[in-house]
Amino acid sequence: MSQAATELIRISGHAGVVPGKGLNREFQVCKLVDTTTCIGCKACEVACLEWNGYTFSETTFDNTYQTMPETAWNYWNLIKFNEHERADGTMMLLMRKDQCMHCADPGCLAACPADAAIVQYANGIVDFQEANCIGCGYCMTGCPFNIPKFDPPSRKVFKCTLCNDRVSVGLEPACIKACPTGCLHFGTKSEMKELAETRAEQLRTNSGFQDAGVYDPAGVGGTHVIYVLHDAKNPELYGGLPKDPTIPLSVRLWKGPLKWIGNFGIIFGAVGVFIHYLRFGPKVVKEDEQESHGGTQ
Amino acid sequence: MSSEPYLLPNGRVLRYSFRERLVHWLAGVSYVYLLLTGLAFWSPWLFWIAVILGGPTISRELHPWFGLVFVVGVSLMYSMWHRQMKETPADKAWWASIGHYIRNEDDQIPSADRFNPGQKLLFWGFFWNGILLLLSGLILWLPQHISWNLRFLRLAAVFVHPVCALATIALFIIHVYMGTAMERGAFGSVIRGDVSRAWANHHHHTWYEQLLRNSAERK
Ligand code: HEM
Ligand code: SF4
Ligand code: SF4
Repeated sequence: MSQAATELIRISGHAGVVPGKGLNREFQVCKLVDTTTCIGCKACEVACLEWNGYTFSETTFDNTYQTMPETAWNYWNLIKFNEHERADGTMMLLMRKDQCMHCADPGCLAACPADAAIVQYANGIVDFQEANCIGCGYCMTGCPFNIPKFDPPSRKVFKCTLCNDRVSVGLEPACIKACPTGCLHFGTKSEMKELAETRAEQLRTNSGFQDAGVYDPAGVGGTHVIYVLHDAKNPELYGGLPKDPTIPLSVRLWKGPLKWIGNFGIIFGAVGVFIHYLRFGPKVVKEDEQESHGGTQ
Repeated sequence: MSSEPYLLPNGRVLRYSFRERLVHWLAGVSYVYLLLTGLAFWSPWLFWIAVILGGPTISRELHPWFGLVFVVGVSLMYSMWHRQMKETPADKAWWASIGHYIRNEDDQIPSADRFNPGQKLLFWGFFWNGILLLLSGLILWLPQHISWNLRFLRLAAVFVHPVCALATIALFIIHVYMGTAMERGAFGSVIRGDVSRAWANHHHHTWYEQLLRNSAERK
């Protein structure tokens, strides 16, 4: 969190303890989205646009309340609606706030080839630095959550910043501030995790949601946006939340073993032909060799 | 094939016509640009190449366009050469004596036609990898138009593209080495177009014999 910049750890010529030292328990931030208390009012969508300076885009009507099919380069926060019919025939309107998950092990960052186009801060925020983005779109392929979006005119990719500009000066993200039901929370990762687990327990024991649980997928090292779900066994129901997201295998192979094999191969090849030249030299054809072919027929 | 005569009045042999040389360099220059910009995005240690070539954004912008130029070059090569590049039963014997070829024991190698089997491998390697580079490159070019449901195409493309690029790089290293340092007299054939009679006879004996026969018939 922002206190890292204000917390003192040493003071010159100072008698006694350093005041405030060690007060911060944790710098890892986290946004908690409790889908069970979301009412789909979209105040967070509006707050996101307002804070980040985007105007309203055209909506796409597809027989649900959802604003558009997926987040857009200038629409980073989208409530996904799903009319879910349960086994007993009753209906449930599932609503999930979709945005960047701020993965601890971000696939977008792993895939990006441009120096400093994507950075990860110590507090867990994964942020795009558009000035350095070359618009290759690799991040869109590396992300398991379909989050980075391309803006054709500027040839840059944009996504939720977790309001890095607000968080770094000690404010909570804009969406959190706007939420009227208190289904959005912001704090340290451990606090949010604890709050989420408490809520999930409550849902299991008091509300009859046996499968209620917390979504903090280990496949991407955990995320800095976590969900409470009534049915944590089927996250796909919540607007296609992946069950066990990881950085895709082909991206890991490409950025891992292939890189080493390829680099070794290129260097081996270049050195190899040089050594061949040192050992065997060129094929020189003597001009008086004229009509007598050197080879066997 | 061109209508230019192969045995030149100056006593040399025309190996590549003007059209062939032009196409060679169309493919060659575009390939080198693709290689340099591609390598810049392949490794952070080589990102500086993109900076030198006008900036990474421009390199990203132009790489696919040069890819199209390269594909045009390779297609023209295919139309000019694919018949002469066909594998023949005699190629087996040539490959069996590849050790002699590498050790410059040229009197131990079966005689070659216009293109020896190694050159055929280079050609077909570039041809097939070129097709895969084009297909994967088109996906990498416009990933925003490949929907989330078809994401496997993007995932395949980011892997296939560098794999095929690496395959062509292996061929390219050997090709450049042989064309400049190893085979003396070869480089001129793609610049001025001609080689000496001795060179033609030595490296492409079967082809040279045929030329002599043809010119004798014409007289
Ligand atoms: C045939 C048409 C081709 C198209 C449409 C194409 C397109 C692309 C695109 C869009 C990218 C993403 C980043 C960028 O724009 O630089 C890329 C990357 C790359 N291209 Fe191509 N390309 C083509 C041919 C080639 C060829 C012939 C090579 C041979 C060296 C090559 C080597 C590479 C490499 C090494 C990368 C980086 C891969 C990585 O990041 O791991 N490309 N290509
Ligand atoms: S589009 Fe931009 S942010 Fe995304 S991978 Fe390419 S350079 Fe990185
Ligand atoms: S959700 Fe996607 S864009 Fe966000 S940090 Fe994870 S991989 Fe990157």
